[in-house]
Amino acid sequence: MSGATDHTGIKPGEVTAFLTDSTLCIGCKACEVACKEWNGISADGFDFTGWSYDNTGALGHSTWRHVKFVEGQITPGVGGNSAQQVSWEFSSDVCKHCEVAGCLEACPTGSLVRTEFGSVYLQPDICNGCAYCVVACPFGVVQKNEDDGRAFKCTFCTDRQKAGLMPACAKACPTESIKFGRLDELRLEAEGRLATLQARGMSDAQIYDPTDSSVKGLHALFIIRGEPETYNLPPEPEVPTVYLKEGWKSAAIEAVVMISAVVTSFLFLGRKG
Amino acid sequence: MNDAGQNQPEFDIRENRLDEIRRKASELGAVQQPGIRAAGSPLPKASPQTGYYQQPLLKEPQWTPLVPLYFFVGGASGSLGVIGSLADLLGEDHDLARKARTMATAGAAISSVLLIADLGRPSRFLNMLRVFKLQSAMSVGSWVLSGFASSAAASTLADILDTQVDGSFISAFLRSVGRTGCTVLGMPFHNYTGVLIGATVIPAWNNRIRSLPREFGMSGLQSAVGLLEFAGETESGALNAIGLVAAAFETWEGLELLRARDPELSPAKHGLTGALIQTAGVLSGPLPLALRIASLFAGGRKRNLRQAAALSGIIGSLCLRYGWVAAGRVSARDWKTPLKISAHEQLELSAELIEKY
Repeated sequence: MSGATDHTGIKPGEVTAFLTDSTLCIGCKACEVACKEWNGISADGFDFTGWSYDNTGALGHSTWRHVKFVEGQITPGVGGNSAQQVSWEFSSDVCKHCEVAGCLEACPTGSLVRTEFGSVYLQPDICNGCAYCVVACPFGVVQKNEDDGRAFKCTFCTDRQKAGLMPACAKACPTESIKFGRLDELRLEAEGRLATLQARGMSDAQIYDPTDSSVKGLHALFIIRGEPETYNLPPEPEVPTVYLKEGWKSAAIEAVVMISAVVTSFLFLGRKG
Repeated sequence: MNDAGQNQPEFDIRENRLDEIRRKASELGAVQQPGIRAAGSPLPKASPQTGYYQQPLLKEPQWTPLVPLYFFVGGASGSLGVIGSLADLLGEDHDLARKARTMATAGAAISSVLLIADLGRPSRFLNMLRVFKLQSAMSVGSWVLSGFASSAAASTLADILDTQVDGSFISAFLRSVGRTGCTVLGMPFHNYTGVLIGATVIPAWNNRIRSLPREFGMSGLQSAVGLLEFAGETESGALNAIGLVAAAFETWEGLELLRARDPELSPAKHGLTGALIQTAGVLSGPLPLALRIASLFAGGRKRNLRQAAALSGIIGSLCLRYGWVAAGRVSARDWKTPLKISAHEQLELSAELIEKY
């Protein structure tokens, strides 16, 4: 598919996804630039992190694509790395658009919704900046813009998708490291790609898509080399709402203790004077 | 180096190294060996043991200091609502009950103001009532606050009406609505904030999902008792009994936290946030417990002892909430817990590094 086609042929109602392949990423950050330009997001400033060549740092309210620069240990290279040099992988991170999304569950205004493409969308005209989604995201994606007052995150270019266009980052990616398509098709494609990589000797390649966790799988799949921890991808992400039952049970028990204390105290000791 | 004179061999090694670098540079035009290690080296790597350069995965909570204050006012207000609804129904202490109701209403109003002021877009506060979501503790809390505030206002309105008109039908209606609402909603209102922060991804909060509602609830009840005592109700034996129960529970909760050994609880045990939470534990647990027990036996100084217990409980309740919210911010910077990297793996890594360098 040389020269990304303009029309995806995907209709609303079909579940779409990203497949980000770190073995194809060259770390050019075209996705970051394309995302910022299309969505009109402010710049992050010229910050120097000091801990690697990654000066974007992390996803946030003004960073919806983030290219991670993973400098590995000095190991005999596979795929072109010489033994003297560190292995270097890049991986473009993005909102995972979880199947069961912590932010969406937590949102008290209904600003965060599930779109017709199966993605998680934050409606900026509804958000009142309560910031509860910030502490509900197991991937640390959504963040409140303190200047603006509202929370922001990747929109999955829902506007473009509605017009039959692929998201800006996927379109701008020069190596097709970021693939866009139907979720079920991309899951199959990921399996195929994994088999190819392993046949080439990259035995450490794996797909990151925690379907057996409480997030029940992602709409942004990743092909990575080595363990997910290296990429700051949690091995067992959890939707925090799974703890609600325990919390409310505890609250109910405490409330019963309080009522009992108040009732018995005033029944037996409540007479004035 | 100031110790160069004392440590001649090391000084020689370093000087010789400089000579060696000079020789290599002139011979080869380049120096290949690593020279001086950068400050702070070995620099963090991206690896299964060190995560992504030890960068935190999670975002820090972005609430302003108004939120822990809301947790405090809400906890006291909810408990005051329950006390105000039941005190005169069961115990004939009308004066105390009326004070509790008035304070509950004021607390609910202040709570609403604090919550709205914390929003990034305060003008959109009504969006909280666009939907009702059981799966969102924030949504449930917003509705509980609205319902409780309305019930408390109805109670206070009935109290005001009673001073004007004798035995009005409207005041009887408002009173029963207010009493039911304040009792039923006062229970979740005084402790739901523990569920709110527990059901998040912040490791320290999430680890205490079971105890936070109990701790917040009981210390809220204790500050309600304290506020009533400051309003002059130091003679009520019932209030002291409630305060005793709350202080006993808080003592037990404090011991539970001391016993817990999970690494993600570090911000609740160490550093400034740990100190705040530990102080809160003493001020809302053993100290008021001792003062309240002493007040049972002290004749003349009973009032002073109860006021001291009240003050201790109120400050403890405030510290507890500020401590836990601050601990959450520290805990969000914990890069290990979300990646399930254990202390054991860390030890292995440091052993490996020591071997290397």
